[in-house]
Amino acid sequence: MEIINLEGAEDTPKIILDKSNGIFEISGRSLPEDTAEFYRPILDWLSRYAQTPNSKTQFTFKLEYFNTASSKLILDILAKLEAIPGTTVEWYFHEDDEDMEEAGGEFSELVEVPFDFKAY
Amino acid sequence: MKYIYDLHRIMIQEDLILVYEGEFTQEITKSVLSMTERNMESMGEESSIKRKVFNVMVECLQNICKHAEEAIEDAPNSAIFIVGKRDEEYVITSGNPIRNDKIALLSAKLDQINGLDKEGLKNLYKEIIRNTELSEKGGAGLGFVDMARKSGQKLEYDFHPVTEKTSFFSLQTRVSRMAGMEV
Repeated sequence: MEIINLEGAEDTPKIILDKSNGIFEISGRSLPEDTAEFYRPILDWLSRYAQTPNSKTQFTFKLEYFNTASSKLILDILAKLEAIPGTTVEWYFHEDDEDMEEAGGEFSELVEVPFDFKAY
Repeated sequence: MKYIYDLHRIMIQEDLILVYEGEFTQEITKSVLSMTERNMESMGEESSIKRKVFNVMVECLQNICKHAEEAIEDAPNSAIFIVGKRDEEYVITSGNPIRNDKIALLSAKLDQINGLDKEGLKNLYKEIIRNTELSEKGGAGLGFVDMARKSGQKLEYDFHPVTEKTSFFSLQTRVSRMAGMEV
């Protein structure tokens, strides 16, 4: 599969989706002008990946900030991951960022995917 | 030229660190955010407070961006955004013209949010994120809920009549600078 590798910007996250190296990661800030448009290629990629996934998929979220429109799309990503067997989510949050920790906790309650919480 | 001095004096009296009036776009949003971030950075603001202010500002600014496109006849299609900083709190304020027929729904939404405690807001957030699709404008309907949650305070608002069909909608959110003082 092709690799998605997006450089982060001040309002968009850095995203790497690399099946052969087993790297799936979204990090940085997410407050794009058109959230649905920005995340569409990511969701499309995940739909295709879901047809022949690796035996294990460790998906990393290391977000510093995301807006509410992005939170809806993060839930869409998690819903795709839910359907892929062997998926785990690593949810990173800055050690003094209770809101980001709580946000991860809430997502984990909304989907049936195991979450690992990691403070940095 | 006296208005320059008046404006200057009001800004100091009201502890305003940023006032922007005009058209709102994503580019303007980014500029306003980075100016305020730099300001907080140079004042050595705590990172948890910086994050909360940033959070409330984004939702507030993107709300204005999304709704600014709605053409309003005979009313200026521009909005105002203000950040104030006092010893004990940041005050994030926005103001924009809206059509009178939107007031009832908007105030009902804000009253509902203001009537909820922390747990109630969390449940409302989960309910909306689970059941709502993004609007055509890309809104998730979560902005106000998020502003209330992150600030831990009530959202203050006001509608000031402008013409027969329009009013000016002001919204104010406070972010406490006193750690552990949130409601």
